[in-house]
Amino acid sequence: MDVVNQLRRQFVDYYTSLHREGFVDDQFTQLQKLQDENSPDFVVEVASLFFEDCEKLINNMARALEQQQRVDFKQVDASVHQLKGSSSSIGAMRVKNVCIAFRSFCEAQNREGCLRCLQQVTHEYSLLKNKLQTLFRLEQQILAVGGSIPVVE
Amino acid sequence: MESCYCIEPQWPADELLMKYQYISDFFIALAYFSIPLELIYFVKKSAVFPYKWVLVQFGAFIVLCGATHLISLWTFTMHTRTVAVVMTTSKVLTAVVSCATALMLVHIIPDLLSVKTRELFLKNKAAELDREMGLIRTQEETGRHVRMLTHEIRSTLDRHTILRTTLVELGRTLALEECALWMPTRTGLELQLSYTLRQQNPVGYTVPIHLPVINQVFSSSRAVKISPNCPVARLRPAGKYMPGEVVAVRVPLLHLSNFQINAWPELSTKRYALMVLMLPSDSARQWHVHELELVEVVADQVAVALSHAAILEESTRARDLLMEQNVALDLARREAETAIRARNDFLAVMNHEMRTPMHAIIALSSLLQETELTPEQRLMVETILKSSNLLATLINDVLDLSRLEDGSLQLELGTFNLYAVFREVFNLIKPIASVKKLNVSLNLAPDLPEYAIGDEKRLMQTILNVVGNALKFSKEGSISVTAFVAKSESLRDPRAPEFFPVPSDNHFYLRVQVKDSGSGISPQDIPKLFTKFAQTQSTATRNSGGSGLGLAICKRFVNLMEGHIWIESEGLGKGCTAIFIVKLGIPERLNGPRLPFIPEVSTSHGPTAFPGLKVLVMDENGVSRMVTKGLLVHLGCDVTMVSSSDECLHVVSHEHKVVLVDVCVPGINGYEIAIRIHEKFTKRYERPLIVALTGNTDKVTKEKCMRVGMDGVILKPVSLDKMRSVLSDLLEQ
Repeated sequence: MDVVNQLRRQFVDYYTSLHREGFVDDQFTQLQKLQDENSPDFVVEVASLFFEDCEKLINNMARALEQQQRVDFKQVDASVHQLKGSSSSIGAMRVKNVCIAFRSFCEAQNREGCLRCLQQVTHEYSLLKNKLQTLFRLEQQILAVGGSIPVVE
Repeated sequence: MESCYCIEPQWPADELLMKYQYISDFFIALAYFSIPLELIYFVKKSAVFPYKWVLVQFGAFIVLCGATHLISLWTFTMHTRTVAVVMTTSKVLTAVVSCATALMLVHIIPDLLSVKTRELFLKNKAAELDREMGLIRTQEETGRHVRMLTHEIRSTLDRHTILRTTLVELGRTLALEECALWMPTRTGLELQLSYTLRQQNPVGYTVPIHLPVINQVFSSSRAVKISPNCPVARLRPAGKYMPGEVVAVRVPLLHLSNFQINAWPELSTKRYALMVLMLPSDSARQWHVHELELVEVVADQVAVALSHAAILEESTRARDLLMEQNVALDLARREAETAIRARNDFLAVMNHEMRTPMHAIIALSSLLQETELTPEQRLMVETILKSSNLLATLINDVLDLSRLEDGSLQLELGTFNLYAVFREVFNLIKPIASVKKLNVSLNLAPDLPEYAIGDEKRLMQTILNVVGNALKFSKEGSISVTAFVAKSESLRDPRAPEFFPVPSDNHFYLRVQVKDSGSGISPQDIPKLFTKFAQTQSTATRNSGGSGLGLAICKRFVNLMEGHIWIESEGLGKGCTAIFIVKLGIPERLNGPRLPFIPEVSTSHGPTAFPGLKVLVMDENGVSRMVTKGLLVHLGCDVTMVSSSDECLHVVSHEHKVVLVDVCVPGINGYEIAIRIHEKFTKRYERPLIVALTGNTDKVTKEKCMRVGMDGVILKPVSLDKMRSVLSDLLEQ
């Protein structure tokens, strides 16, 4: 019993820290609410999809921005737009904020700015990926010892 | 004879007389001359004589008388005128001096006489002083004796030495013939001869204590002369001689309790010893006062010394006793500590040793559960997991005997499925029962609520223990488990009149009966069943193992659940029935987090608001598409997803009630879809409701949506509540 409570406490602490540091926002909480008996791994699936999406989009953007002569800002913008949409769907607040800044650089056709933003996006994305994977691991541990995942409001 | 100056006398016939006168005068003169010389000589010798000038006068007087007589020697014959003149002169002088002396003597003689009286007085005084001096010397000697005696007596704290020394020293100081000490016996009614001076080992003479002479001695603090014939004084064999005087003195025997500061002057002690002292028989000695005083002082000193010795003895004895007790206590404490430490070590080691494999089993079984398993395997793994959880709980309970005993164990209440508990127990025992070829049947009453509030684990443990016992002690036959809600008349066990279950609205009493056809229990063993570690001695149980703790633990749990457990049996070989009643709570609503997903038609506040609502979602972004789908599925909708407008138009049908279109995707005109749908479904009732999902809700977007005929706009990101409310609003219209 103590192991479970400890793990649950750890989970709650970690979750609130993610919120506090701005990695996730309320949308992520909403996603947790959608997880139930029928779709027990909803959040994990959404997160995995998001990570795949992110990687694909980041690669696209990197390729587009690499070109020295004519950068196709429209393509970059489209990718950023997609990334923004995905991140706001999952509740990845920091990624979304970077995307917003990214978009303005794209509109201004500022290659330097875009590259900087791309770097930031990549950084934020990998941070978020680590955090979420830790969170999911905690969930697995709780389930393994027979406990239930606490619902954090 | 008159001498004449003219005639020269001749030697007459009385010449002889003349001769004699002549010689006498000569000698008188001699004497008269020598006396002053002697006087001078002796006065010179003694310096003290105060009357020197009287002596001088006397001397002069005598010298002159001598001179006169000497001169008269010449007057017997014819003598010249010079001689006569000299004679006359000396006679005159003699006369003068003698008269002066006579006159002087008148003064002197009284003085001389008074000297004599003074001398007498002084002699008397000297005699008196001598006497007093003698007295003081005696007293000082007595004091010295007492000091010496006290020193001897007090130089030891051993009672026997004290008494012996007293007698010896007294005997020596006072030169006694016999000295004896009579001590009161334990009963206090007699005095026993304890010590004597001369006889080494006195025979145990006793004398009753209430003799008048003894009372007389005891009532006075002074030494009392007693008759030599009284019983206490008859210490020496009667001899021919007159026995010497005997004196007796009391010696108070003080106890520790007598030493109170306030009561010091009056020693209210009842116990005295008697000291008897006898002077030597044939001497005429008498007891002098100072000797009596000495005896009294010594008696007091002896009393003090004896009481000191007694105190010392007592305190030594007490100290020895305390030391013994201390040693014994120390030993006992060390033994107890060793035992406790051993037990704690054992518990700690066993704790760790037992828990480690348990953890491994539980952890690995749960991991195994996560893998791909066939349904049978899954069932087996779940059974393993449940059993190991139970075992882990059991280990906790067994190793925490002390927690059980002082009642600090608390139930962990939660809502659980009662039917599931019974089913699990059944599943757990089915394999064992089939091995032993026993029939097991489970009957759950229809009015038994499905869910209950209580400690699921402990309830399962109790049921399992009881059923397990039934299995253990049955070799053949059947076991039936019945569970139903106990009504008030069946709640009371006649053997436990203090058990008054009171049903209420929030609680019900679960009654479980486990009947087996096994070896049964004899009536006298029934009370012992629930005591720890006690096992019945019948042959059937000897080989069955077990710690004897099971039923005790069950009883404890049942008590915690405010219930009662008992066993009925007709006797050996007639099987037995174990019955227990526990109090469980009734849950008000079904709101456990792990409830199966039961779709219900309820208000829109319930989790499933729109059962079976067909919704079409068009979103190019995979993530947000998935999120939206999750939302709608959670609300109970039947969701179809498309990722392009063409696909959307292709799929949409009149079955779809709602179409959710993401309009903020660049390149895809969501608005166009709306127009197309409008074109497709001309009839209003066939057309699905079109809702736009957009990231910005400025006026322009809203107007555009309205213009193309959208029915609603939702701002992304969508929360569950928002989706629900929008849908319900839309569907109400």
